[in-house]
Amino acid sequence: MEGASLRGGGRSVLERSPLARLPDRALRYGLTALAAAILALIVYFFVRLVGEAAPAFERMGVFGFTFGSEWNVNAEHFGALPLLVGTLITSALALLIGVPVAVAAAIYATELCPVRLRGALTLLVELLAAVPSVVYGLWGIFFLAPKLQPAEQWIAGKLSFIPFIGGGTVTIPNYFITGLVLAIMILPIVSAISREVIATVPTDQKEAALALGATRWEMIRTAVLPFSRAGIVGGAMLGLGRALGETIAVTILIGNAPRLSHHLFEQGYSLAAVIANEFGEATGLHRNALFAAGLVLFVLTLLVNGVARALVLRAASGRNRAGSGEAGARLAETVAGA
Amino acid sequence: MGTLDRFSVSPGRRRRDRIARSAILGATLIALVPLVLIVYYLLRKGLGSWSTSFFTTDPTGNTFFKNSSIGGIKSAILGTIEIVGLASAMAIPVGIAVAVWLVEYGKESRFAQTVRFGVDVLTGVPSIIFGLFIFIVLVVGTGSTYAAYKGSCALALLMLPVVIRSAEVILRLVPPALRESALALGAPRWRVIFRIILPTALPGLITGVLLAVARAAGETAPLLFTAGYTLKSNFNLGQFMNALPLQIYYDVTSPTTSIEHRAWGAALTLVSMILLLNVLARLIARRSRIG
Repeated sequence: MEGASLRGGGRSVLERSPLARLPDRALRYGLTALAAAILALIVYFFVRLVGEAAPAFERMGVFGFTFGSEWNVNAEHFGALPLLVGTLITSALALLIGVPVAVAAAIYATELCPVRLRGALTLLVELLAAVPSVVYGLWGIFFLAPKLQPAEQWIAGKLSFIPFIGGGTVTIPNYFITGLVLAIMILPIVSAISREVIATVPTDQKEAALALGATRWEMIRTAVLPFSRAGIVGGAMLGLGRALGETIAVTILIGNAPRLSHHLFEQGYSLAAVIANEFGEATGLHRNALFAAGLVLFVLTLLVNGVARALVLRAASGRNRAGSGEAGARLAETVAGA
Repeated sequence: MGTLDRFSVSPGRRRRDRIARSAILGATLIALVPLVLIVYYLLRKGLGSWSTSFFTTDPTGNTFFKNSSIGGIKSAILGTIEIVGLASAMAIPVGIAVAVWLVEYGKESRFAQTVRFGVDVLTGVPSIIFGLFIFIVLVVGTGSTYAAYKGSCALALLMLPVVIRSAEVILRLVPPALRESALALGAPRWRVIFRIILPTALPGLITGVLLAVARAAGETAPLLFTAGYTLKSNFNLGQFMNALPLQIYYDVTSPTTSIEHRAWGAALTLVSMILLLNVLARLIARRSRIG
């Protein structure tokens, strides 16, 4: 055999000596261990968080804690409903205000905008993502909230017959202003995902619509939007995930009042804000309750992000089948980095 | 011409098209309004409080006196650089190493997919939860109090998924032919990784890293219960440390007019630093030969 002539001392001369193979092995096992360590770290953190939260759940019951309507630190009575409601109301407002604007900006940038302006427009929207949370809070509380208060007062007065909007006293920090600032904060991510999703619509479908005599808007309505709906919903949910977990801007803007407000323009609290605001001074059961609030928030964002990712990635893999694989891959990357 | 009229768009459809297009344009312009307002107010209020002494003095505890006696933001700037620097030193090597493992060894195996899932989970975790994690492990766990390096750990956790995913995307773009030719020439795998793959991907890797650093620099929540807050400049990462976001947060929550000015000045400083990192990242991305 030819191979036999290459042998010397029991191994092929093409083979590396065991010593030369050592760095390769070390690198391979080292890197694998590192990857495993990250998984272990996540699990460890989760277990520890549950452990720290447990006393609060034991005292109040899991259901009693999550949906109890009174958060009273002095009485050591911890019901997270006011916080949960505040988180959900402000995040819903953020979606309500932010998503239409973000999607419109994405449609404009991909379908209507002159090509020369496209890059600049995209960059400007993405700049919003570079502004830190605390700066949004600063801007919101010192500029936006006082400026908008007369308008809020007017709306609350004029529309007082609508339950959630009317009545109550308009305060400077409130649900509405929090939701509005959150809407601005989620704009870049929702817009970026929507833009990538819309970019995956096959050109022949759009051209077919135009060739059949559709106007630009009809083409967007019949060819672009139906094709991108799932992806856009996924992008909106990623935005929701952001809004739910947003801490500092909300802490500054929501007023930190631990009660169930029934009015849009009143103060409230959120799961993230309660931790930021109270954790520093908390001891004993109070601290456990804050860990429990963190756990509720963690699980909530985990669920929302999971569904969002699944939706966008399904949209991306659908594109691979539909033949616009490159755009689909770019979409998958955007989600991965989001 | 007469026959073509039958195919022309009816006035009603034309009107609807125009209305829809203007609505979309209008919404796009609305999207730009907050950016303009934020930049305008940051510059107007922030530049007003900038001065040499603003950058060269530590904040004092005073809140009720005029600008001169409340001090500047020196300790906050230094603290941000120290804390974020240490966080980067931890997150960048680990993040790139995990990305290399995902692309070169893990590939599409079930274990690699699980790691990717874990990284996705980390991406979605609200930043304040990272603060809680580190508090449990490094503050409760060691029975001690806050310290700058604990803040760095929290920021490193936050940066990790960003670094991993951006590096993975870039490493995947390295042409397989490069890798295969090196292996065919007899280079061992580790040498291929260090001499071929990482250098080829370097500009892209730097871009991702800079974006992760920019994100970490602006975070307040993970530092609240890990790094503490102090007024004095210090270079000991085992002590309490100030940081720009912390300084702004505490200034906002205990406001008097002069303190508010300091907050705007600090905010302008922070945003400028973050924008600088972003611009740098984009410039380097442009020089990349792959991607």
